[in-house]
Amino acid sequence: MSDYQLMKGNYALAEAAIRANCEGYFAYPITPQSEVGEYMSIHMRKKGRVFLQAESEVAAINMLYGAAGAGFKVMTSSSSPGISLMTEGISYIAGAELPCVIVNVNRGGPGLGTIQPSQGDYFQATKGGGHGDYRLIVLAPSSVQEIADLTYLAFDLAWKYRNPSMILMDGALGQMMEKVKFNPYTEPERDISWATRGKTPDRDTNFITSLWIKPEEMEQVNLRLQAKYREIEENEVRYDAYNIEDAELILVAYGLSARIATKSMQLLRKKGYKVGLIKPITLWPYPYKILSELASNDRVKGFFVTELNSGQMVEDVKLGVNGKKEVGFYGRMGGMIYSPEEIVENILPFCEKIGIKGD
Amino acid sequence: MGINVSTENMEKVFERTEGLKKVKTHYCPGCGHGVVHRLTMETVMELGIQDKTIGIAPVGCSVFAYYYMNVDMQQAAHGRACAVATGIKRMLPNHYVFTYQGDGDLAAIGTAETIHACSRGENITIIFINNAIYGMTGGQMAPTTIEGQKTSTSPEGRDYSMDGMPINMSEIVALLPGTVYVERLAVNNPGRVRKTKKAIMKAFKAQELKKGTSFIEVVSNCNTNWKMTPVEANKWIDDVLLKQYPLGVFKDETGIK
Repeated sequence: MSDYQLMKGNYALAEAAIRANCEGYFAYPITPQSEVGEYMSIHMRKKGRVFLQAESEVAAINMLYGAAGAGFKVMTSSSSPGISLMTEGISYIAGAELPCVIVNVNRGGPGLGTIQPSQGDYFQATKGGGHGDYRLIVLAPSSVQEIADLTYLAFDLAWKYRNPSMILMDGALGQMMEKVKFNPYTEPERDISWATRGKTPDRDTNFITSLWIKPEEMEQVNLRLQAKYREIEENEVRYDAYNIEDAELILVAYGLSARIATKSMQLLRKKGYKVGLIKPITLWPYPYKILSELASNDRVKGFFVTELNSGQMVEDVKLGVNGKKEVGFYGRMGGMIYSPEEIVENILPFCEKIGIKGD
Repeated sequence: MGINVSTENMEKVFERTEGLKKVKTHYCPGCGHGVVHRLTMETVMELGIQDKTIGIAPVGCSVFAYYYMNVDMQQAAHGRACAVATGIKRMLPNHYVFTYQGDGDLAAIGTAETIHACSRGENITIIFINNAIYGMTGGQMAPTTIEGQKTSTSPEGRDYSMDGMPINMSEIVALLPGTVYVERLAVNNPGRVRKTKKAIMKAFKAQELKKGTSFIEVVSNCNTNWKMTPVEANKWIDDVLLKQYPLGVFKDETGIK
């Protein structure tokens, strides 16, 4: 019997969380990720774990804060407007250095927007969203298999660094059905000496807070957070690279866009254009280094970014390229998706501009 | 010249509870927080549940409760204490979880979290300090500020026609089937302090029964922002504030004597 099963992205995410020993799930329904909560409602309580549908996203993220503070493996999931409501709590969780997984099945915005796929929350996810100097570890799957694999990773990284991690995907990935195989999960050792489980005589009280009223103390906390973020940047950058060995043009795309860009790359290769693709898997920490290396390579003439937004990740690509090469961009918004051919059509003038020719 | 008093044959009738840390507090002299902190932590120590108790520190003057209370605690964002408590209690159903919240926290920005925690019957103890004003932010109008009460944002006195009317939280949450015990008390004289202690004890014991939420409202003072002496403030509670917030048991289905 095959180990593979056909599964919807949202269900695969929920199943992977359960297999990663998620002990508590707190959330509020919102399209296009409500199936995550529905799946959790069926399976979590059966396993003696906690499922609770909160009265709002605001409450859900604060339940997560409490449960994470007590030293449990916990997750919430939501979609763009719901994540906006959670950002205050996410800032507190980051400030209090609590491990948890937050899933954003991105929809089109701003405001209530549309329930169709979009990547409009890139800035919110990778540049903060909430107040203060904090970072989330942001993982961007581009297939149902990656949703499952990155859910394991999201928990492990959150616990390794005592930092919230976010799985950022779009409505199409949540809704699409694909084959998926759940790899065995190995539970890493978990230190909960800091958690609020009740003061025992052998230790002082534990308290979870993000409040440090003395500026000297607050600065030290911030410096410690920043040192942790540098460590994450040093160790946890992940990306996939395709056909970069001979590439003159590097496409950069993540998530659903990366799937479409892959096809665009193949179409361009058929026309004789030497095109490669960098697919960031961690959106923070961002794979600046590979982009910088490629930008320093004389063979590479330019970079082209495709996103389902007005151009957000393109700013990070420009940071990596650092002015050494041309950076082009094509995006659509509002839940509209481009076809591979549409991307090719927009890349060809860029190729001409930077002097790349096909057959 | 000092007076020499021998303590040899004296009976100790009062001492510092181990439930409070040996630190000076930042509360204003005359403020009720110190009293309610003490009562809460006496309760924890008398029940012998220090190793199973988790408190939620609020926003406002008592935001630093975790520096004083000798139990594990989590600080919560404005209004979210009941949600944070829910998260903890659901994961640790046999632990004792309490929130400690002021009127702005519980009855303004956190109304939804309060109502829904009570509505779900979360098996927690909510300790609600109602002093009818915002303390830490400098004496602004609270949802519990009464008609004519002068605050820094109702300088002419609260005008019901413009500023709305107070929320009587105990009366509201007592209506919810999820609450098992709701009582309003005060700490402006020794008799009421003793009564409040009994109520907090009952509220913690109710968690063992797992029958619902306990809600303890304590009418307290903010002599600094009321611009009164502590004595005047305690008198004003009797003469004025308790007319809006009558003391009493609004619900008790605990069966605890």
